[in-house]
Amino acid sequence: MDKRLDQNIQVLEGEFPQWLVRATGVTKAFGEGHTKIPVLKGVDLEVARGEVLLLVGPSGSGKTTLLSVIAGILDADDGDVTILGETIRDFSPAEKTRFRRDHLGFIFQQYHLLPTLTAAENAAVPLLIRGVSKQEAVARAEEVLRTVGMGGRLAALPTKLSGGEQQRVAIARALVGEPQLLLCDEPTASLDAETGHRIVGQIRENGKKPDRAVIIVTHDSRIFEFGDRIVHMDDGQVHQIQQGPEAFN
Amino acid sequence: MNFVALKMLFGDRAKYLMLLAGLTFSTMLIVQQGSIFWGLMTWSMSGITNVNAPIWVTDPNINQVEEIKPLADTAVTRVRSVPGVKWAVPLYKGVQRARLRDGNFEQIALVGIDPSTLIGRPHTIMEGKIEDLRAPEAVAVDQLGVERLGGPDKVFVGATFEINDHRARIVAIVKTQKSFQNFPFVYMTYERALSITPAERRKLSYVLVSPMEGVPTEQLVRRIRKETGLGAYTEEQFGWKTIGWILKNTGIGVNFGTTVLLGFVVGMAIAGQTFYLFTVENLKQFGALKAIGASTGMLARMILLQSFTVGVIGYGVGVGLATLFGLTVGSGGRLPFKETWPLLVGVFVALLMICSLSSVISIRKLAKLEPAVVFRG
Repeated sequence: MDKRLDQNIQVLEGEFPQWLVRATGVTKAFGEGHTKIPVLKGVDLEVARGEVLLLVGPSGSGKTTLLSVIAGILDADDGDVTILGETIRDFSPAEKTRFRRDHLGFIFQQYHLLPTLTAAENAAVPLLIRGVSKQEAVARAEEVLRTVGMGGRLAALPTKLSGGEQQRVAIARALVGEPQLLLCDEPTASLDAETGHRIVGQIRENGKKPDRAVIIVTHDSRIFEFGDRIVHMDDGQVHQIQQGPEAFN
Repeated sequence: MNFVALKMLFGDRAKYLMLLAGLTFSTMLIVQQGSIFWGLMTWSMSGITNVNAPIWVTDPNINQVEEIKPLADTAVTRVRSVPGVKWAVPLYKGVQRARLRDGNFEQIALVGIDPSTLIGRPHTIMEGKIEDLRAPEAVAVDQLGVERLGGPDKVFVGATFEINDHRARIVAIVKTQKSFQNFPFVYMTYERALSITPAERRKLSYVLVSPMEGVPTEQLVRRIRKETGLGAYTEEQFGWKTIGWILKNTGIGVNFGTTVLLGFVVGMAIAGQTFYLFTVENLKQFGALKAIGASTGMLARMILLQSFTVGVIGYGVGVGLATLFGLTVGSGGRLPFKETWPLLVGVFVALLMICSLSSVISIRKLAKLEPAVVFRG
């Protein structure tokens, strides 16, 4: 596994000079007046096409806030985020929603599957939001679920699935729309080591394409080996960027 | 996303059933109370609708059909002299006592109609011939009279009883709309009614009028008022005047209005609270949908679809239950129960309002929901 990853990283360094995501001087604070707490303090970050980037750091370091700003869910106070050549700041709220719908995929720590929908229907939700017919959306979702090893649980409700299975449904939901940027928030936090490895392996496999990128926010050092680069954040700033084998030590 | 919205609704069975129960109860209460109210109003107008005359000429100060203020006998000829009148006939109406064969007394609503034309007779003759009213001592009794005066074994065509110590022989059994006072209607000729009722200076209760062909009814009403100084109303105007008097002078309107309002409030409270709870419990899921790319408008449409779907189902069940109540408890005219289409349309509109208002709270919550909530553990 490590050997294959090493080879991938070498390839990345040579072949992907073009950035899919670029954040420059991003600041974000919560609260007002004397209760104002700066969470991001001028973050610069670039994510290359085909790259799997891990955002790590202690709790409160600003990882999730940065992820939310990149997703256009939170507005930066200052600085710019450019994704696929589009500056998020220029978008209206409705345009941001459409941009997320058409170009981004999300995997959440708590999965957030709809409890009354089957695995296939849950995975089909992004396509349904895009207006794809139910029949076609579910058929495509079933295909993706098979690729993540959930072919046997297509009709199962989330309550009947294990944590690992639910996360794989969440991955299928994130991938079904073929997003160019996949944003993952602690995807292995509720999983055992073996399941976590399998899940992140699948995320990486889908992200390693020239027109795609993956950003994973994680505390889980067991999955560091899956990142092309590891960005360490602390106190709202990028502290250190590790690349290639050094990242895994 | 309609499919997702409906699966979310039907999948959470407990909340769905609670919503359905709330809206069903609300609908049933409003329809049932509204139907009883309108049934009572129909009963209150029965003194008018049973007679079937286009124009009623009354004392100028009359308030409602049961408040009889007798007119001078000359009123009939004065009305007949008004241009545009095709016919004008007298009508006697009053409460009298009938003595049954077992010696008991029963109050009756005695109606005396014009003997030559029989104008004022009831619509439906169930047994016998109404024309036989012209015979001496002849009376027609309605279905309530059959029940009250001794039952079908004792009250039938050919049977006799007494009204004010005068013999009355039944020549017809007729069907009428029950009255508000719940007295049986007994019909006889106008002259005979005058002869068997206690002496009074005036006994002419009303003059019934029909306009000539081509003369608008309302125009003739105005003309009769102007030329005779009497009160004159179309059948519809007199009916609404009676209803207006009852609403103003009895607690019926306030009573039923309060119950209907209660149904509305209870329905809205249950639906609103359950919907809000439903939204709050699924907040993270809605947040995830927002993050994935569902707009607030899309989520609002989902909530409205859920609300209207359960509303329409609740409406159907509620109307069904209210109708069942009317068919069982109110069968045979025992209870004033009149379910009309304007009432059903009105209740449907009220229910849509309940659904819309209860959805607004949830939609506001979703509109304010930051999708970033999904990243917080």
